[in-house]
Amino acid sequence: MKKIILAAAATLALASFTASVFAAEEVHIPKEQWSFNGTFGKFDRLQLQRGLQVYKEICASCHSLKYVAFRNLAALGYNEAQIKAFAAEYEYPDIDDEGSDTKRKGLPSDYFPNPYPNEKFARASSNGALPPDLSLISKAREGGPDYLFHLITGYEDPPAGMTVMDGMSYNKYFSSGNFQIAMVKQIEDDKVTYADGTKATTDQIARDVTAFLHWAAEPMLEARHSTGLRVMLYMIVFTLLAYFLKRRIWARLDK
Amino acid sequence: MANTATAHSVASGTADGETRRDFLLHSTVAFGTVGTALAVWPLISSMNPAADTLALSTTEFSLANLQEGQAIIVVWQGKPVFVRYRTPAEIESARNAPMSDLVDPIKDEERVKKDKEKYLILVGVCTHLGCIPLGTKPMDPRGDFGGWLCPCHGSHYDTAGRIRKGPAPKNLAVPPYQYLDDTTVRIG
Amino acid sequence: MSTDNSSTEKSVWRRAFEWHEARLPLVSFIDNAVGTKYPAPRNLNYFWNFGFLAGFVLVLMIMTGVVLAMNYIPHKDMAFDSVERIMRDVNYGWLIRYMHANGASFFFIVVYIHIFRGLYYGSYKAPREVLWWIGIIIYLVMMATAFMGYVLPWGQMSFWGATVITNLFSAIPLIGEPIVTFLWGGFSVDNPTLNRFFALHYLLPFVIFALVFLHVWALHIPGSNNPLGIEVGPADKIPFHPYYTIKDVFGIGVFLLVYFAVVFWGPNMLGDPLNYVVANPLVTPPHIVPEWYYLPFYAILRAIPDKLLGVIAMFGSILVLFVVPWLDTSRVRSANFRPVYRVFFWLFIINGMVLGWCGSQLPEGLPLIVGRICTLYYFLFFFVLMPVIGWMETPKPLPASIGSPALKAAE
Repeated sequence: MKKIILAAAATLALASFTASVFAAEEVHIPKEQWSFNGTFGKFDRLQLQRGLQVYKEICASCHSLKYVAFRNLAALGYNEAQIKAFAAEYEYPDIDDEGSDTKRKGLPSDYFPNPYPNEKFARASSNGALPPDLSLISKAREGGPDYLFHLITGYEDPPAGMTVMDGMSYNKYFSSGNFQIAMVKQIEDDKVTYADGTKATTDQIARDVTAFLHWAAEPMLEARHSTGLRVMLYMIVFTLLAYFLKRRIWARLDK
Repeated sequence: MANTATAHSVASGTADGETRRDFLLHSTVAFGTVGTALAVWPLISSMNPAADTLALSTTEFSLANLQEGQAIIVVWQGKPVFVRYRTPAEIESARNAPMSDLVDPIKDEERVKKDKEKYLILVGVCTHLGCIPLGTKPMDPRGDFGGWLCPCHGSHYDTAGRIRKGPAPKNLAVPPYQYLDDTTVRIG
Repeated sequence: MSTDNSSTEKSVWRRAFEWHEARLPLVSFIDNAVGTKYPAPRNLNYFWNFGFLAGFVLVLMIMTGVVLAMNYIPHKDMAFDSVERIMRDVNYGWLIRYMHANGASFFFIVVYIHIFRGLYYGSYKAPREVLWWIGIIIYLVMMATAFMGYVLPWGQMSFWGATVITNLFSAIPLIGEPIVTFLWGGFSVDNPTLNRFFALHYLLPFVIFALVFLHVWALHIPGSNNPLGIEVGPADKIPFHPYYTIKDVFGIGVFLLVYFAVVFWGPNMLGDPLNYVVANPLVTPPHIVPEWYYLPFYAILRAIPDKLLGVIAMFGSILVLFVVPWLDTSRVRSANFRPVYRVFFWLFIINGMVLGWCGSQLPEGLPLIVGRICTLYYFLFFFVLMPVIGWMETPKPLPASIGSPALKAAE
């Protein structure tokens, strides 16, 4: 048994060693409480709905969300009719029976549209920077949702002696861009009016949209946690059975 | 993996220890086998249609521009669907066909929606070996019964899409569909 | 079952089985390989689980990989999207991909422990040199397979990792540049590169599978080594099945507990966030790091300021393993009986981990200096310490057999 523990410890040590290697951080990002963290973590449906509203009203004018289809919004608790209506708010290019370009209304199978026709247009309208697609942003940045939350609330006056380039803003969490970010501060108190009556503080808005973006990046999180629990339960029983069977078979050698 | 530990392990040991181990052995093997089977399920399930494919499993189209005697092909789930605006003569010929002549007998009335008898909607895949029968375009041959003719092995379908002659065993299938309004149809 | 009632007359199943075995002795073959007909030393400890475990992970990787390939598109404009589609739309696609991506890391953990065991207990020594060689070849092919697999999602790290690693070959004098162009099938890492990497990533696991057969074959000629490193007589051997099969099944259980904990609760822990950004040939990430399992070798590469020498040192650090059976001059296999060697051996293991840390850091300041010292020790260990300690050291007395009293003292 001692040797098992030793072998397991060696494996874990190696794994945690490599994990700590990647945890090296230039700016400390405080950890936040999220409903989706932890062994049993789940998304808060109402929070995701509020986050969707924030994305639509604030983020969507510059940022695409290209891997999220309207049909996916069923996971936020919307029914089919609501999703249809939601999709129909957007228009998509189409070709009519005579072969001319036309527009059609969005369908549940459509994906969130790109606010810009092409990358050059996006850069031209965004001070030369390209607003990144947000569908994977929560997994594509070191620190994940914690980083996103602090980034969008991390605007403040630059420290004395630092000159911020024209059109840029100082952000104390934007270490990858020398703390100068092309996105201006977007979130303020009461910037949105929540449909569910929640008070729209800066903190609340940032939290909601971060949760929504984490869902967009990892929509399978809840299935992952629940499948994981069942698999672990099975594995524990199986490993115990195998252990006792092993002991019993090996006991024959002592006779 | 657990099944490597199966069966005829070793046939020695005392009777008491043996029964207890047998129970342990059998439950471990059974548990392991069930687990392996369950573990294989996601791999198999992944080959079923994915969510984005399923999201496109219905097709909507309009009948507004279809003229009498004309036919169009609509794509539904990657397959052609024949939509034909039948003439009164075609409907009559379909209804007058004696049931005894049919390979796969069914009344014309059961192949169309009530009050919409003029529109015939069929999955355009020959029930023989999956070719696409001719008969939709104006120049196409329509076979001996004025419906469709499959070019692969010569199956003749009538104006209700029923098999009348040739190797196909069944009538052209009627897909599940409904009228959303007077001229809009949703298949699937 | 039915045989019990008719002991004189063989059942139809028994006869059918014997008929088939006479023509293709498949069951006997397995029974000889990992069954009742393979006698193994009775004192193998849990480090001996990792060979079987590596085979298990190989099968796991092939099974998940084949299913992923059914939905993956090896085209630079569609690869990233197709992986996202697997994650979002394909049934259980997220599970299969996370199992495959983390399976690669766990494959290396298992194989590193397997190699560690071989080194510590002297399993490479005569008469097991060829067995050891095949193992190194498997490891090299594994590294190539993992590298090409990491390119397939076509994220930023995929692309720039591929660029940096393939550029290593440009260090070769005269023919370096043409070789790199040949590897790419173009003038940069591009669609032809992705396409061939996919083809090879699908092929090489089956090459590994064949090599595993040779590895097991080569193992069965001398039989398994053991923690004492002594020759074991038939009295101290037990049949592989059921003793080691059940031990391996238990080992798989423990392994899967750890593996699934990561797959379900930290699936991106060992990955780089930048690989969730689609490849952009015009923007290099500020800090390119390979996957963790290459880090020690990456550190050796960067420790040496000369490009060609760095590449030679990096490949040399793995190729040196081929001559380890002759560099180690000791007549004793197991480090358990080698008090001096054991100290330097453990230092070598820690040295490897520190090298891994250096490989993850920017090559400047402390990490660079530490990296250089560790690189020096790495080669010093193989080329100086191994032969010299082998000559000078007085090993502890070896027991005559597994059962003899000296055993307890050594453990």
